[in-house]
Amino acid sequence: MSTPASTTTKQPSTPSEPTSAPSRKRGGSAGGTAFTVLTWALALIFFFPVFWMALTGFKNEADAYTETPRLFFAPTLTQFQNVLDEATPFAVNSLVATTASTILVVLLALPAAYALSIRPVKKTQDVLFFFISTKMLPLVAVIVPLYVIVGQIGALDNIWVMIVLYTAMNLPIAVWMMRSFLQEIPGEVLEAAEMDGAGLVKVWRHVMIPITAPGIAATALICVIFAWNEFFFAVNLTASASSTVPVYLVGFIASQGLYFAQLSAAATLASLPVVIAGWIAQKQLVRGLSMGAIK
Amino acid sequence: MTTTAQAPAARGASPAAARGAGTDNKVKRREGWNRRGPLLPALVFAIIVTQLPFLFTLYYSLQSWNLVRPGSRQFVGFANYIEVFKDSVFRGAALNTIWITGGCVLISLLIGLALALLLDRPFPGRGLARTMLITPFLVMPVAGALLWKTTMFDPTFGIVNFVLTPIGLGDTDWLSSYPLAAIIIALVWQWTPFMMLLLLAGLQSQDRSSLEAAAVDGAGPMQTFRSITLPHMRRYIELSVLLGAIYIVNTFDHIYMMTSGGPGTASANLPFYIYQRAFLGFDVGQAAAMGVVVVVGTIIVATLALRLIFTSFTEETS
Repeated sequence: MSTPASTTTKQPSTPSEPTSAPSRKRGGSAGGTAFTVLTWALALIFFFPVFWMALTGFKNEADAYTETPRLFFAPTLTQFQNVLDEATPFAVNSLVATTASTILVVLLALPAAYALSIRPVKKTQDVLFFFISTKMLPLVAVIVPLYVIVGQIGALDNIWVMIVLYTAMNLPIAVWMMRSFLQEIPGEVLEAAEMDGAGLVKVWRHVMIPITAPGIAATALICVIFAWNEFFFAVNLTASASSTVPVYLVGFIASQGLYFAQLSAAATLASLPVVIAGWIAQKQLVRGLSMGAIK
Repeated sequence: MTTTAQAPAARGASPAAARGAGTDNKVKRREGWNRRGPLLPALVFAIIVTQLPFLFTLYYSLQSWNLVRPGSRQFVGFANYIEVFKDSVFRGAALNTIWITGGCVLISLLIGLALALLLDRPFPGRGLARTMLITPFLVMPVAGALLWKTTMFDPTFGIVNFVLTPIGLGDTDWLSSYPLAAIIIALVWQWTPFMMLLLLAGLQSQDRSSLEAAAVDGAGPMQTFRSITLPHMRRYIELSVLLGAIYIVNTFDHIYMMTSGGPGTASANLPFYIYQRAFLGFDVGQAAAMGVVVVVGTIIVATLALRLIFTSFTEETS
């Protein structure tokens, strides 16, 4: 961050220090322009694969396989149409697993977060520790018995298994996140409501839910992202009837044919819901990804 | 640590509890259950779905059991564990896990920090640049891996070799010659935005007035960065490393999609190798024992990490 001085400081500085003032916040200098150009260059590099994915999805396969990558071509919707025809059952499964697990997570996590923040139980720290530690256990450690048990009860390739597993996967994040939101409710608000003789249901309906609605929405968003993108359980515990969108994408590595355009269209459509949701909710994303630690 | 629990406890003390204080044990106990009640469904659910299967993993790990040889199941004690420690592929996979996790966390942290610093200053189109930079993280990991394998790393038609042709590297088959590097590149692309977002939030939570005060006092940008920004950023950096490591150590999607652990087992990490043993070798006992070893390793690392995350939270909420 060595920006050249744009203003001079009155105070004489010690010889070892560079005599520069903070043009950091002001920009406009030559250094500032250089940083701006650098930032934009990096942004374009990072975004390029996404841009290329979307662009290739509009090509026909002949345009996708050229030694010199083609930027201009006659766009076609064929690939997207093909993908939509093929992938609809997978998308329905993903939608069901994502929606149902997210609703379940919120229903379980909201009361738990309440018990851990507004009216804390004894050993609150231990319980929080337990929840987060389940998130740290490697999934591979449980996949073998899950496969055996689920197989024994005849539930392989059943969407309900996915719903239960995704609920368990997202529950710790949701508990931590919602707790951080509930802790922000001023104690006086609840006390005032209780003094007025409002019962638990009333307090929830008229005080808690309205105040925490943005927090619930942010939590749900994070759960949706993780459930929609989940692959490990889906590829191991589903076969065809309840396979989700990521499993559909596996089909493209098995085939040796020329499918760049179609797989790009498929990757674009598979990513689209989460990309759009993430763009809209950038702020909530930070809080969710840090499990509520960063506001 | 206790301050977090006590602060809300004090404000949460309900009128009912205050009235019955010291007079009626029953009221107290009911109050206790009123508090515990809302917690129980989530707690019970988490225990059943996450802890119970692990007990089975422990149990299976003491058995010789291959799914393709019915009737072969028998108790063998710690034989599976001895096999695991003698297995050079397992050690290779453990090493790959360390390389992938360490390399990816470190590189994406450094690039993420640079990007966060660059974004923490006003310039034209800042919102758009930020949106573009977070997008790789939002792309479905399986889709991202598929893209890197095909449209990016393809030896003939991929963008990477097209870009590298002018400097004479245009014929490299990345996925067979440098599978680990290729996987790390794809992962860094996916995880740098995550690091950037967390670190940017940290930068923006800095006390602006102390930065300005430092400037007025004649501190240069480097000096301000070292003595004010970096200490402030410490817990954000720690948190980013910890959370990034939790997710990246479990990497499965990229290896499955890009290299299938190959060539041979050159790029298999532990999750992928255990998956292979369980679902391609059908060796339940071995896979379970490996799972247990991985969990023990994770617990050791995670205990240190958890202490850290708790310090962060206590500082945040107190």
